[in-house]
This record gives sequence, structure tokens and C-alpha cells, in this order.
Amino acid sequence: MSTRITVNGESRMVDAAPDTPLLYVLRNDLGLNGPKYGCGLGQCGACAAIIGGNLVRTCSMPLRDVENDHVTTLEGLGSVENPHTLQKAFIAEQAAQCGYCTSGIIMAAKVLLDRNRNPDDEDIKNALADHLCRCGTHNRVVRAVRRAAVELAR
Amino acid sequence: MTDLVLSRRRFTQGLGIVVATFAWTTRSAIGQAPPNLPFSLRNNRKLEGWIRLEPDNSVVIFTGKAELGQGILTALAQIAAEELNVEFDKIRMVSADTTRGPDEQYTFGSQSVEQSGAAIRAAGTETRAILLAAAARRFDLPETQLKAMAGSVVATDGRRATYWQIASEQPEILRREIAANIVPKRPADYRIVGQSINRVDLPPKLTGRASYVQDMRLPGMIFARVVRPPRYGAKLMALDDTTVRSLPGVVAVIRDGHFLAVAAEREEQAIAALNALASGARWSDDGISLPDMSNLARELRQLRSETSVVGTAGQSEPAPPDAKRISAEYVRSYVSHGSIGPSCAVALLKDGHMTVWSHTQGAFPLRGDLAKVLGMQNSEVDVIHTQGSGCYGHNGADDVALDAALVARAVPGRPVKIQWMRDDEFAWAPIGPAMTTKVEAALSSEGRIVDWSYDVWSNSHAMRPGQAGGVNLLAAWDLSVPFTKSPPPRIPQPFGDGDRNAVPPYELARKEIRNHLLLDTPIRNGSFRTLGAHGNVFTIESFMDELAEAAQLDPIAFRLAHLKDPRARAVIEAAAATAGWSAGAKGDGWRGRGFAYSRYKTIGMYAAVVVDVSIDRNSGIVRVPKVVIAADIGSVVNPDGARNQLEGGIVQAVSVTLKEQVTFDRRQITSRDWAGYPILTFPEVPSIEVVLMNRSDPSLGAGEGSLAPTSAALANAFAHATARRIRLLPMTPERVKAALA
Repeated sequence: MSTRITVNGESRMVDAAPDTPLLYVLRNDLGLNGPKYGCGLGQCGACAAIIGGNLVRTCSMPLRDVENDHVTTLEGLGSVENPHTLQKAFIAEQAAQCGYCTSGIIMAAKVLLDRNRNPDDEDIKNALADHLCRCGTHNRVVRAVRRAAVELAR
Repeated sequence: MTDLVLSRRRFTQGLGIVVATFAWTTRSAIGQAPPNLPFSLRNNRKLEGWIRLEPDNSVVIFTGKAELGQGILTALAQIAAEELNVEFDKIRMVSADTTRGPDEQYTFGSQSVEQSGAAIRAAGTETRAILLAAAARRFDLPETQLKAMAGSVVATDGRRATYWQIASEQPEILRREIAANIVPKRPADYRIVGQSINRVDLPPKLTGRASYVQDMRLPGMIFARVVRPPRYGAKLMALDDTTVRSLPGVVAVIRDGHFLAVAAEREEQAIAALNALASGARWSDDGISLPDMSNLARELRQLRSETSVVGTAGQSEPAPPDAKRISAEYVRSYVSHGSIGPSCAVALLKDGHMTVWSHTQGAFPLRGDLAKVLGMQNSEVDVIHTQGSGCYGHNGADDVALDAALVARAVPGRPVKIQWMRDDEFAWAPIGPAMTTKVEAALSSEGRIVDWSYDVWSNSHAMRPGQAGGVNLLAAWDLSVPFTKSPPPRIPQPFGDGDRNAVPPYELARKEIRNHLLLDTPIRNGSFRTLGAHGNVFTIESFMDELAEAAQLDPIAFRLAHLKDPRARAVIEAAAATAGWSAGAKGDGWRGRGFAYSRYKTIGMYAAVVVDVSIDRNSGIVRVPKVVIAADIGSVVNPDGARNQLEGGIVQAVSVTLKEQVTFDRRQITSRDWAGYPILTFPEVPSIEVVLMNRSDPSLGAGEGSLAPTSAALANAFAHATARRIRLLPMTPERVKAALA
């Protein structure tokens, strides 16, 4: 069963059952690493990606529901050679330890900054309230998102 | 370093048993070692086992320590670049790999900079000296006319040769044992060590380049999942796998005793098969009777235990009879590591050789136990460290490695990836043991502690693969020919196990500290960051505040009156000054401030912490707006990396203190997802101010020392705010409301 989806600006054919959680399609069919399996329950945010401008938990989103949408993952923002402003800000603030949760957090920050160009710390913390980080890098993450907002405003 | 090495020798030789010290080192290994040789060099003497100059003009540094998200590879690369005099970006790190590189046992106990750093420093210094000597011969100049800089040896007459040229002309010069007889650089001359160099692993991780074992994709790889029993101790009685075998993509159903797994072509197929297989499995009603959560202190003390005195002084004289005696009891609940990414491994059996990619903390010890369970030789098994989610101790990493190897054995030639499901990690990974303590002290009329009596009850916090007398891997206990768990190790002070940091850091003329190592293990126990230090420092530092109050003294002044160590006093004074501590300030019923001090493992980093709280008396919710820490970690290799570790420890400690407990009924663990095991969230995280003391003493690991004093200072802040004390962690809203009622 083939499904056509658009991921990071590319149209791709995927041979997977329509009820396959998008997370496994992104990771295993398309070879993307950004979205991570964390809980499979929509509780932790590690698998988050942007679909049609909204933040989505890909572990709980079946493939069939994204057929006509544009999916953006961490890889769609930038690369090591050409990082996105948010990725640069996270590096500048060293806003990670293990980094496993960070992909989902950066995607949530992207959605926040798309909607609010000048968020304060409260806005940032509230936007990330459903994203779990176990290493305790929260304050660095907030600084990084603020830094990215300042950069983007230039 | 010297002190640490000598004390380990003394402990080991003195006890005359196979001692599970910090590195489970055997006596014979220690017996062969020349004095003062850095610990990690003792069994890994070959210079080329640590450093290789590669044809592409890079330097490969081999370490036995693993990147767990703590930034160790960056810190070790800094040390290597510093001693070698090469540019930082020439260094490539190879880490914890049984196919190449040194055996440094485990990455734990905040020892990587201390151990691997010391070894790499010695190897780097020696390599630079060898290259200088070789260049002197090449140029026919005395070494005084040569300088090693930026990967070259430069002569005063202008001639120069790169390290790689010298090594390719005289390759034999680096094929030797490390003598470790050359003095490394003076810290005052450091250019790279001491700088906040950005983590080398973050740009790939933050842009989605394959970085984790979860990201491994090998040709022909299949996915597997394990059906765990419904509870500890249940046995697989019957299995109907006909449905499963007809599901799309299923490659194999593996059953060995009570171990049950399924492999499929696709990951979601493996998960669907897991659920089908679980429905087809019938488990016995067997189980292990779990403690009554509502009275952990009583339940723990009823378990069989082995008691030892781990600290004593002044017992020949009776305690002064007129002193005021005070006592209290404390409890810390069972704690989960709560890794965001459940444990994962990839295994491949090919041509009779098993290779396992794992985020284990101990590649070499894991290799040994995998070989034992698989009935293979060590030489037929390799473990290659591949990064995973942060672990904070002994999570499911090793267990899933065996799971993957057992499945891989059934499908030779096909790589097998297993990632545990969320509930596997919460219900089956080792859990940080609950602890209960009882402390009694006597105060003189001048407010001095004149007697101290302490008891701690806890299961072992150290049940890793590689320990003697058994196999500490989950699936091994379920096989048709089962293996048994190791008995708990006996880890002497100052490292300790459940008794880590049980001996107070204060000057106490009369004291006795008893460790009751619990032998029955109802809940699967293992290492969670700090081992017993968390419960012990929570107790000691809470109780120091109780004593200060009884003596009507300021908590900080009271501690300083019992402390001589100038480094201890310095961090306490720095934290107090930074936080603007005001002696005698009163809590107002909902806001308060608390203090705590500890020196991790008694011989590690120093930390003094001030925590502010505000309490919603109606909801029972405790908020922590601000934490200040002053830390002395000796010579700092990477200040920002150290701060990141200290901050992370503080956040984790606030989370553990306010929220975290593994829950269970009398049969099974019931906290199996994030709703059942909540942790601190973004809006709840305190602002943190870190003061790093600037010292040239040997480096002390920064990975763990901020946790325990944070928990104690938080409890003290609550007591300061409300004049009520909570001695049971976590301080949930229900308990807060009960305390304030």
C-alpha cells in the first residue's frame, strides 16, 4: 500500500500500511533521525514534527491522516553546515545534554516563533510545558529560544 | 589523584576479598601496578591504545568512557589537545569499544575526567615528549632548541616537522608502554583545558544527523520487541502464537524459558506482533510480594539485612549524659531514571561473532556477561558503545542489549534492533532503591554536636553486569537455563553504596554510622545517579537544620562551627554570599529559604546550595523560584560543560524531591508511563545561579555532586517557610497539605 507524503519539501512515496504511526515512516522509511520514539503515548514530545504549521506528536498520528500535508522535521530546518537560527541558538547556548528530547523541543519552538515573534520567558516555558527533558537543560533551552527570537527579528 | 589511588589500594588489600570498588578492580590488577600510575593506565599500558596519529593528520584518542550526554568526549578531547599541543579540531574520539580502545570498566561515579582524563593526560604528555626527542635526533639539535606547537615540532633555526611526518618516519617510537614518568603541563600554562569549548557532539544531534543507537540502520535490519511478564516473578505457562505468526512481516517468534520475543521486518509490525503475542501468552500467578508503599520505612526494615559499621569515633567514652538528645527518621522513595528515550540496542550474529551496539555504561563488563549468557567466548562477542538517551545511571541499556543478542542469535546474519516500549523501561529497568534512615544526635549547651548515631537501610544501588557471582541482565533470569543475579557487592567507604555519604562531613568527636544492606530485593534495584548519597545527604542536611534550630543557631553558622576543611568553608561562604543569605531571617508561612552542604562521595566535589521555595498552602504545591550553588570541582576542564552538569543535577533533584516515586501495589509496578511518573516541567524549573570556585587542584567530577544537597536544601526551605518539616520524599501536594494541616 503506497502513500505519497511531502516531507521537508520533498514528495516521497511510502510503502507502509495506512495506520502506521507517522513516526516509524519518518524514521524507518525516510531515514530521518529528528523525531524520536519516547513514549508512543503523546506524553513526552520527543517525536514532535510540524504538519501544516501545527506541532504534531508523530507517534500518535497515522500515516493516512497526513497524505495532503507538508511535514517538517528537525532536518527540514537546517543542517550541520547550514543550521537554522534556532539550531544555531541551541548550539550557542549549549542547550542540550543528551539531546534526545531536543528535536521535539526545537520543533515546538519553531511553531511558537512562527506565531509569536517576541515571546517572553513565560511564553516560551508555556509553549514547552508538554515537552519533557530529563537532563535538566530547561533554562538553557529558554535562553536559546529567546536568542533565536532576537536573531530572527534582525 | 594520588590520594585516590593509594586509598583504593589500601582498601582492597586490607579487605582481602574481591572488592567491588568504584571500578570493581581485581587485586591482581592492582598488585602489578607501579605506584602513582593513573588508575586507567594500570591495565591499559600501551601508548597506541590511547593515542594514534592517523595518516589524515588527525589524532585519534581512545577512551573507555562513554558519552552519556554529559559532554565527556569534548572534555577528554580538550585534555588530549592540551597535552599534545595540537589544535582541538584535530582530535577524534573513539569511545568504549571492545573492538579497539582501553577497558575502563564503567562510565559512572563522576570519575571520567578523574580517571580517563588522567590517563589521556599522561599519554598525551608522553607522546609529545617522544615526538620532541625523535625530532631532536632528526634535526640533530638538543631538545632545548625545539618546541612542540600546533601539531609540529619547530626548531629555533626555522626547520619544522609535523607530528605525523615524524611518526611516519619512525613508527616504532610510539609502539611502547606508557611510563607515566613525565610531568604534565602546569595548569597555569593551559590554553585549551579550562575553556568553555562547545560540545563536539551537539551540532549533529541538533540537526538530526544519525547520533544515537536508535538512529542505526544496517542493511537487512529487522525490528524486535520483548513480551515481558505482567509482574516480577510470573512464569510463562502457555503460548498460542498462531495469530502472531500469520501477522504481516513477522520473521520469528523467540521463546526460551520465560523469555518471549518477536521479530518483524518493520518496527510497527514488531509492535503489533508484540501486542498479539502478549494476548496469546498465559502467565502463572507467581509474583514477588512488594512492600506496602504507605509505610516504606517499616517495610524496608523488615527485610533481611547485613549490618556493618561504616564510620566510628569516640565510642570508648560515653556520650555526655547532660546533652540534649534529638532524633528523626527520613525516607526516600524508589526512583526511576526516567530516560526520555527508552533503552535500545542493535545486535548482529554473523560468522559466529556477535556484535552489539549499545548505550551501556560498561561495554567491557557487558561483553563478558553477554558471552556468559550466550555460551560464547569473550573474543566472540563485541560491544560497541553507541550513544542513547541520557541514562543517569543503570537503566535498561544493558538489558535490551541482551534482548537484542538473544533475538539476533535466532536470526543469524540479520541485524536486530530493539527499542524498549515506554512501559518496559518504567516497569523492568533497574530502579533506584528506596532508603530509610534514623539519626540521633546530642547537643551540648554551647550548641556543639557531642554525639551522633546513624542508621541507613537500603538495597544495593550497584547491580550491574560484570559483577561477581551471577549475571545482572534481565532476560538471563528468564531463560530455560537461567542465570541468577549477583549478590550485592560490598563497596567500602568512602565510595559506599547505600551508605554513600552516610558518614557526615562534619567534625564529630563521637559518632557511629551503621549501614544495613538489605538482602531481600522486592523491587529490582540498581544505580541511580549518586547511589545512596541522595538519601543520606537529604537526611544529614535536614537533620543539621533540625539541630541548628534546637541550638537556636543559624543553619550556616552551625555547620561552619563543625567544619574545618577550608574548601568546604569556602563553598559555603560563596553560596551564602551569592544568595544574600541573611542569618535569622524568618519564613512567612509560604516563602522560605534553605541551605545544604555536601562533599560528594566524601572525597569528590564540594557543593553548597541555597534553595528558595514558595508554597501554595491550599493546593500543597511547592514551587522553587531560585537555586544558588557554589561548587568546587578542582581544576575545571570545561566551565560551561561543568555548569551544564551542575544545573542538570539541580533540576533533576528538584524533580525527585517534589514529584518522583515509583508506584506499585503489592504485586506489580503501577507507574508505567509519564502520567504515572511525572517529572518537573518547563514552567516549574527554577532559575539557577552557579558559582564555580577557581582552583588548580586535581579535577573532581561534576556529574552528580549537585543533586543531594539540592534536595536537602529544598526540604530545609520548606521547613523554614512553614515551620513544619517533611521527612519523606517526594514532597507531594498531598503530603504538603497533610504537613500543614
